[in-house]
Amino acid sequence: MDITWDLFVNALLSGLLLGGFYAATAVGITIAFGMLDIANIAHPAFMMLGAFLAYYFNTWLGVDPLIVTLVVMPFAFLLGRCVYKLYYQAFERRSDESLQGLAFFFGVLFIVEVGLLLVFGVDYRFVTAPYIGPSIGMGPISVPMRMVVPLLVGVGLVISVQVFLSRTFMGRAILAVAQDREALRLVGVDPIWIKEIAFGIALATAVAAGALLIIIQPVEPSVGRDFIGRVFAICVLGGMTSLGGTVLASAIVGVAESFTSTFAGPSWAPAVSFGLLIITLAIRPSGIFGR
Amino acid sequence: MRRISRRQSMAMIGPAIVSATVPALAQSAAAPIKIGFGMALTGGLAGGGKAALLTYQIWQEEVNARGGILGRKVELVYYDDQSSPATVPGIYSKLLDVDKVDLIVSGYATVPTAAAMPVVMQRKKLFVSLFALAVNEQFNYPRYFQMQANGPDAKHEFSRGFLEVAASLDPKPQTIALAGTDAEFPHIALEGTRDNLKKYGFKIVYDKTYPPSTIDFIPIMRAIKASNPDLILICSYPPDSSGMIRAAHEVGVTARLFGGGLVGLQFAALKAQLGPLLNNIVCFDYYVPEPTLKFPKIEEFLVRYRAKAVAAGVDPLGLYIPPYAFAEMQVLEQAITAVGSTDDDKLAQHLHKTTFKTVVGDIKFADNGEWAESGMMLVQYQNIAGNDVEQFKQAGKQVIVYPKQFASGAIKSPFDTVKR
Repeated sequence: MDITWDLFVNALLSGLLLGGFYAATAVGITIAFGMLDIANIAHPAFMMLGAFLAYYFNTWLGVDPLIVTLVVMPFAFLLGRCVYKLYYQAFERRSDESLQGLAFFFGVLFIVEVGLLLVFGVDYRFVTAPYIGPSIGMGPISVPMRMVVPLLVGVGLVISVQVFLSRTFMGRAILAVAQDREALRLVGVDPIWIKEIAFGIALATAVAAGALLIIIQPVEPSVGRDFIGRVFAICVLGGMTSLGGTVLASAIVGVAESFTSTFAGPSWAPAVSFGLLIITLAIRPSGIFGR
Repeated sequence: MRRISRRQSMAMIGPAIVSATVPALAQSAAAPIKIGFGMALTGGLAGGGKAALLTYQIWQEEVNARGGILGRKVELVYYDDQSSPATVPGIYSKLLDVDKVDLIVSGYATVPTAAAMPVVMQRKKLFVSLFALAVNEQFNYPRYFQMQANGPDAKHEFSRGFLEVAASLDPKPQTIALAGTDAEFPHIALEGTRDNLKKYGFKIVYDKTYPPSTIDFIPIMRAIKASNPDLILICSYPPDSSGMIRAAHEVGVTARLFGGGLVGLQFAALKAQLGPLLNNIVCFDYYVPEPTLKFPKIEEFLVRYRAKAVAAGVDPLGLYIPPYAFAEMQVLEQAITAVGSTDDDKLAQHLHKTTFKTVVGDIKFADNGEWAESGMMLVQYQNIAGNDVEQFKQAGKQVIVYPKQFASGAIKSPFDTVKR
């Protein structure tokens, strides 16, 4: 195949659009795993929860999936706080978080998935919205709106979380608990409460990412499992605690997958993106922006 | 003290033994016929798997209402294979070793069926599969039978209709792009396509597969478009069938013929979702409600199936897998009744030499377990308006364009995208 200029630019744009979506999916893992050391394997299942909530209200009431997301996110935050409380009481308090905690989140993943199966069935579900279907064309370059909207929302989500973390007392406390939990306790802040808030935020972003996913493609309850490897890889590649790193890593993975799919063959895409992860970690073990 | 003679003691013990064993004998005579299988109840294949399971349950209810088979009720023993081949060997080992089922059948589709074959062959079990493409081509297992109307040469039959119709277009197309998922069925179907292309002479300008976890199909469609093919043949599973069609419209792909092996278009969920995006796409199918294709009892079956499908949360149309899943059980029922037992060897011999009457017509198996005659068709979606699934119950929406004896309309070419 000849590498033409418009094919190159279209592939780059597709990759960046995909990267924007990946950033939205990975920001919650950056908070939970990168900052709080909680290996939340159930993160993709909560994405599916968000996707199906968007489907339900879109089908039942005709509400735009993005509006559903805005309404549902506070409830997801509360749910995240409850999940963390349970996790803390059962495992973290007894320092059993490593293996037992992992098993806990596997269990949560299956419970959420099976719950969605029982309620919604196994068929692929999709949403309808005015921006699903049309493309924006500029000469030989065209981008589908169903990829542009997740990019814009994903970037907005990451920026919002970054502003919260850097400009608010609670946000700085979350960054502090990631650095030194005991030091935070010494200045009079309860690190457990801070982690609870942070985990709630992580879950809220997962639910938002799910709504973006169902805009991009139809979903069924087990689709989330396809993302487990990717979201953790992006978090690690970005440097674990850095949201900027997460965004850059998402863009790298998205562009790598897009270029590989276009020019070399889609079968190679996962190998290239995970290969980049391995190379980056070999050169810089802490990740792109890790300390 | 009077001694009890041996004869007297036998006279006392004998009835006790007999009365103890009669209930056991009576119970073993009424023991159910257990049919075991793994089935995709979750995962990407679940749309078809759950419809198949519902169909088996409908058949089970009807058979048991008639008194069962050979006076024995039928019991279904099944586990969710999660659309993953990794779970399948363990499931079938459990079915045979722990659940002690009498017979086993496959789950839905090629991937889980292929994964079960080593266990099946090791245990020398009869194995009837459901919609598994050319699985027995490598194994040549004599007790394997397939419930999908692919004909004896399944691997090549899949693309034959598409290529025959393409070759009939005027002017004759020159180039073809091939794409498919990295999975068993697409691999086999594309292999058969490449063999077939030697006869038809189309030049392959794009030939790549993609991982099942692909989210964004735009780069793939762009690359296909850049290769400028006259024909585009895709072999895919439901999530990627939807993704590829959407991407084709978004990228602005045109081709003289587009489609081929898109699994998923046969299900109501994708028909409703894609609606007019399906127009002029061609795809394989086995039964569509066209006036040129009539199976005697199929409409009755569809009424019974549809009455339960909505409540069960499965495909409400039931045009694709359910009729064949029901036929599969009809074949087993007729074979067990004729043979008088569940002996795998006797049943296999009977299946090889018998023509069965089912809701999808007469079925006769070839030596390799595939159907002796192909019932595969190529249909083209035409005049689809809106996303209402009810329109697909009418004639004229899924027009049969191949083979000629069932053709219900002319092919429309080219496939062009909906510009939005």
